[in-house]
Amino acid sequence: MSRFVIAALVANQSGVLTRVSGMFTRRGFNIDSLTVGETENPEFSRITILMNGEEHEKDQIIKQLKKLYDVKEVSVLDKEKSVYRELLLIKVKNEAGTRQDILAAVDIFRSKIVDYSPSTLCIELTGESSKIEAFIELVKPFGILEICRTGIVALERGCNYLIKDKYRNK
Amino acid sequence: MKSTGAGIIIETLIEHGCDTVFGYPGGQVLSIYDELYKNKDRIEHILCANEQGAAHAADGYARASGKTGVVIATSGPGATNLVTGIATAYLDSVPLVAITGNVPCDLIGKDSFQEVDIAGITIPITKHNYIVKDVARLADTIREAFKIAQSGRKGPVLVDVPKDVQQAECEYNMADPLELMKQPTASDDEINLAAQLISEAQRPYIYCGGGIISSGASDALIRFADLIDAPVATSLMGIGAVPASYSNLIGLQGMHGNYVTAMAQNEADLIIACGARFSDRAIGSKFRYSENTKIIHIDIDAAEIEKNVPVYLGIEADIKDTLIRLCEKVQAHKNTAWLKRIGVLREHAGMLSKSTDEARFSPSGIIRCVNKTADDDTIIATDVGQHQMWTAQYYRFEKIRTFVTSGGLGTMGFGMGAAIGASTASHRRAVLFTGDGSFGMNLNELATAVTYRIPLTVIILNNGVLGMVRQWQTIFYDKRYSCTALNRKTDFVKVAEAFGAVGYHAHNMAEFKKAFNDSYNSSQVCVIDCKISSDEVVLPMLPPDGSVDNIIVSRGEI
Repeated sequence: MSRFVIAALVANQSGVLTRVSGMFTRRGFNIDSLTVGETENPEFSRITILMNGEEHEKDQIIKQLKKLYDVKEVSVLDKEKSVYRELLLIKVKNEAGTRQDILAAVDIFRSKIVDYSPSTLCIELTGESSKIEAFIELVKPFGILEICRTGIVALERGCNYLIKDKYRNK
Repeated sequence: MKSTGAGIIIETLIEHGCDTVFGYPGGQVLSIYDELYKNKDRIEHILCANEQGAAHAADGYARASGKTGVVIATSGPGATNLVTGIATAYLDSVPLVAITGNVPCDLIGKDSFQEVDIAGITIPITKHNYIVKDVARLADTIREAFKIAQSGRKGPVLVDVPKDVQQAECEYNMADPLELMKQPTASDDEINLAAQLISEAQRPYIYCGGGIISSGASDALIRFADLIDAPVATSLMGIGAVPASYSNLIGLQGMHGNYVTAMAQNEADLIIACGARFSDRAIGSKFRYSENTKIIHIDIDAAEIEKNVPVYLGIEADIKDTLIRLCEKVQAHKNTAWLKRIGVLREHAGMLSKSTDEARFSPSGIIRCVNKTADDDTIIATDVGQHQMWTAQYYRFEKIRTFVTSGGLGTMGFGMGAAIGASTASHRRAVLFTGDGSFGMNLNELATAVTYRIPLTVIILNNGVLGMVRQWQTIFYDKRYSCTALNRKTDFVKVAEAFGAVGYHAHNMAEFKKAFNDSYNSSQVCVIDCKISSDEVVLPMLPPDGSVDNIIVSRGEI
């Protein structure tokens, strides 16, 4: 079993996400995280999927994705040569006894306080998933009230890109 | 030229050479049916008894002709009745365009009368589907639907058209069908490696599937098999890909395949899979399947390669093109010892099945009798169950696209619609082998066959039970026959007469021969009810998830 990230360029139309996620369910593959957003060309969206699986499952998923008519390009991102980021919004208890410790953690992780109320603090953090998880572990004792994570977005470094010239905005 | 959406649908169908559509009218397709009325002389509509029958008819039309079948249904229940038919076509890679009406755009999502999200429902059973909300996109969408249905691995596409879009007007200009998507082709390296593996092999075995038929690769396959001196076996979908009389053909492989194919693929040192997909019914246990054999898998759908079994060499390519190139590359050679071994296996198999008495009023006797009378062009359709397997085993198909059967989905009730569609497409006589269970599912289509004067003979192998399920209960459930004895009082001769067809009872071979000869020379739809024993079984049988060691070849082993 290994973790891998798939990037797919798809038609930006209603129903495409259903087709993609439905294929995963139907074929018995689990998605750990899925993000989707418009690309620089509004005709296309980019989907980033994080999943766990065996090597032959990975091949099968790529082939099944390519069969979907709305999916234009698919690639598995090379772990060593890609940048991964995730955004976390987390609400924790704001209490006099723990406030200084929370602020110190926020500082060390180079995160930001985006909302402050007499009883709650809302913190924003971006980074790789391991950093997000470490931060969550750290603030757990202070009382987590709510968590919202975006899931992974990823781009390959350097001159490799998923989007071919024919899909660029003219 | 200005046209309504409904008019555009008819014109684009005609653009694609569509001469016949199957369907059933309803509230949300009234506009399309109005156009069909006006265009009666350009396009024929066959009104079926149920949308499911219409979908199977469009499927049978496509299987017999290679053209794309077209079915039209209204929204809601009309659309959901298509689902089994669409799934059947999807599993067997049959090109089909389904056009459904839907409620007007402003009523979509409001749980309106007869509204259903048919596009959502059919996502997993279509190659692609569309909801057209802008009449200006309608012509191109239908053209695209035909393109997708016929490109690469063929299959069904659904186009859902809300009623207001059918009524809206826009500019329509006739156009040629779109070019099909580019076929994948084998690289030179792949061809070279395949040729090398083939020339090194001493016991090659060719396993061919429905891809040979849809690619039109029969001649290339025979040339290839002759060249490399290999036996050829087929999956259920591959039946008819090469003529039954072809000397290298060893027959059907898989769960109810013959003894020769089961042994041969286990002893082979190279399996060359051509347009086949290693379905569980074709190979048994994927873990124990020909463990020590190298496999070359050639298929147009990359996702089939290594989906079910690991292979030594996978080639994503059109099978016809690949076989032609392989013929140029491989040296002709003889595998004398191997072919001799196949001969021994054949003799052995002949002894095993010797007990089959042709004179007895048995499934094999009935099927062989039909085979002797009917010409090679006759469409032979089946439903699903024991009768289907017996037909696959005993009928000798000489011509491509004459065997029409539901393989992947195994749809009971497929046969009536499919036989009607196949006969319509080919203008040939059709014989449907069915069981009393399967026939009971969609016998309402007798009405369609009678109305449209389809030259059809329905042969019911009537054993009073759901035979295939019962066979499994016999073997795997210690003869606890739960709900498989039908105990029905149905008189199929009266049923036939009630529908305006001719009915015959047959209790022995002489009665059957006479009835079949009469029906075969008659212009009327005929139904022959053949009362056979409920204890007939389909053998050999490779139990599910089993290997060649588990094969059951004779009754004594059950």
